[in-house]
Amino acid sequence: MNRPDWDIVTGWIGEGARVLDLGCGDGALLRHLIAERSVRGVGMEVDDERVARGVAADLNIIQADLDDGIRDWFGVHSFDYVLVSQTIQAIRHPERLLGEMLDIASEGIVTFPNMGYWRNRWQLGVQGMMPTTKALPNPWYNTPNIHLCTLRDFESLCEGLGIEILDRAVVDQNRRSSPLLRALPNWFGEHAIYRIRKRVP
Amino acid sequence: MNAKGTLMSESTAKNPPADGPTHQPGSVGLVAPQTAHIDTPLLLDCGRRIEEYELVYEAYGALNERADNAVLICHALSGDHHAAGRHRPEDRKPGWWDTAIGPGKPIDTDRFFVVCVNNLGGCKGSTGPLSENPETGRPYGPDFPILTVRDWVNSQHALMRRLGISRWAAVAGGSLGGMQVMQWAISYPEAVTHAVVIAAAPKLSAQNIAFNEVARQAIITDPDFHDGRYAEHGVIPRRGLMLARMLGHITYLSDDAMRAKFGRELRSGKVQYGFDVEFQVESYLRYQGTSFVDRFDANTYLLMTKALDYFDPAAEADDDLATALAPATARFLVVSFTSDWRFSPVRSKEIVRALLATGKSVSYAEVEAHQGHDAFLMPIPYYHQVLRGYFDNIARNMTEEAGA
Repeated sequence: MNRPDWDIVTGWIGEGARVLDLGCGDGALLRHLIAERSVRGVGMEVDDERVARGVAADLNIIQADLDDGIRDWFGVHSFDYVLVSQTIQAIRHPERLLGEMLDIASEGIVTFPNMGYWRNRWQLGVQGMMPTTKALPNPWYNTPNIHLCTLRDFESLCEGLGIEILDRAVVDQNRRSSPLLRALPNWFGEHAIYRIRKRVP
Repeated sequence: MNAKGTLMSESTAKNPPADGPTHQPGSVGLVAPQTAHIDTPLLLDCGRRIEEYELVYEAYGALNERADNAVLICHALSGDHHAAGRHRPEDRKPGWWDTAIGPGKPIDTDRFFVVCVNNLGGCKGSTGPLSENPETGRPYGPDFPILTVRDWVNSQHALMRRLGISRWAAVAGGSLGGMQVMQWAISYPEAVTHAVVIAAAPKLSAQNIAFNEVARQAIITDPDFHDGRYAEHGVIPRRGLMLARMLGHITYLSDDAMRAKFGRELRSGKVQYGFDVEFQVESYLRYQGTSFVDRFDANTYLLMTKALDYFDPAAEADDDLATALAPATARFLVVSFTSDWRFSPVRSKEIVRALLATGKSVSYAEVEAHQGHDAFLMPIPYYHQVLRGYFDNIARNMTEEAGA
């Protein structure tokens, strides 16, 4: 099953592009991009089992912890796109990672679960409990998601870091779009997908 | 190739003798070394030439019709051609990488034709210090030329052609073996499809060279060394070689591994206030040292440590490893082990970074292991899972190409 953000990410990536997928898991998205866009892909992943699965799937996987930084591994502009798909919320220093991403690639693509989604607001604001949803399935005490944010949070961070937002897409779990979702993305978007680059001074 | 002398015997191209009582699933069974006589002169990095030489090797599995399933295994400092199986049913230990090579193992001999060569300058049958110097009629001893990793690779290339192979599906090795793999990818890009570099480094650090130098000094200052002509005096520099090996062993293990294996355990239960063996670790090191003396030649040990010290492919590329590796067309798998302090993960990372910098195809696994440098010989589940997955792909791509 494709994840809700894949189609949009795929649509943004050019044929034969050089792509780095940070937190690539078992490389499913990379394989999708290789099949659909003939990209030249590299994945970075820390988990043993997922690295082994990625290697067994004939992908180029680098085993490393994103929290240690990625600048050591790659030269400036060594990729066309760096992806962080459903991973940024689990990073210790998301702001540092965003900066590093845009050093090594001309464009970044970031997808994350929107904490501002109405169900999350309902569970926290009305029920008074940390939300658990399809996009955020883990209970608060046992979750890799340590840096959740809303669309507005993310956009304000980008503003502060001098990052330009080139594109934004918002979808619900079933990848549907709707007038409501378009009108109030920070309320009705369950997943956010951004295409970003360094602001040219 | 107009090959003279010993050629691969019938059994090379087929399965090695693998029946017999010791054959069990996962083992290549009983194996016999073979000798190739190479009469193409080898011009060495040191400027000297070896006119002709012999290489002893073992081969497991069968070379297929397309000759595209051959895998070369490069050995480390004290290794040899005996990588898998047993020579005799009663052998206590199998070959040095038996954990990874065999039917159904990560380097699967049901699919690959696996070759392992005793490096030139070795003491297990390939031409080396123990061999007769044709100019004097006596053993070379210290007169055997100093070899480099590139010299080894050139000699292995001669053997490759002799075996009727024009391209290795993979060249793989750990430690000094991993350095040979890198050199293969640089020197003969057209002959290496996959390069598997395990627990290696792009060059030695000052600390690495320092350890080698202490080992060499232990050997050279042994009164029985006689400037390397100990054979002519009917002795061997037993103490020196033993000390060198003891030192080496300390660097192959991690602090944790030693703690786990020996702790401060005493052999007799209490301290004796003397200099005899008291702690188990002392006993272990002495055993490793003395048993090594019986199976290894001191001049070879000196040569091997020098080859390690000299290895530095970046030196000829303005000290830029990426430039040095640029000719390589192979896909790479690089593996390191967390507790390896001889060639730590940082050193493997240097290799990976250089490969990434020039857009090479590379995967890198950092294996959590407490065994230190020795971990590359152990059947650590995650390590073997990665190796197996990687070699499965090699086999799959081979089949697809054959079908195409």
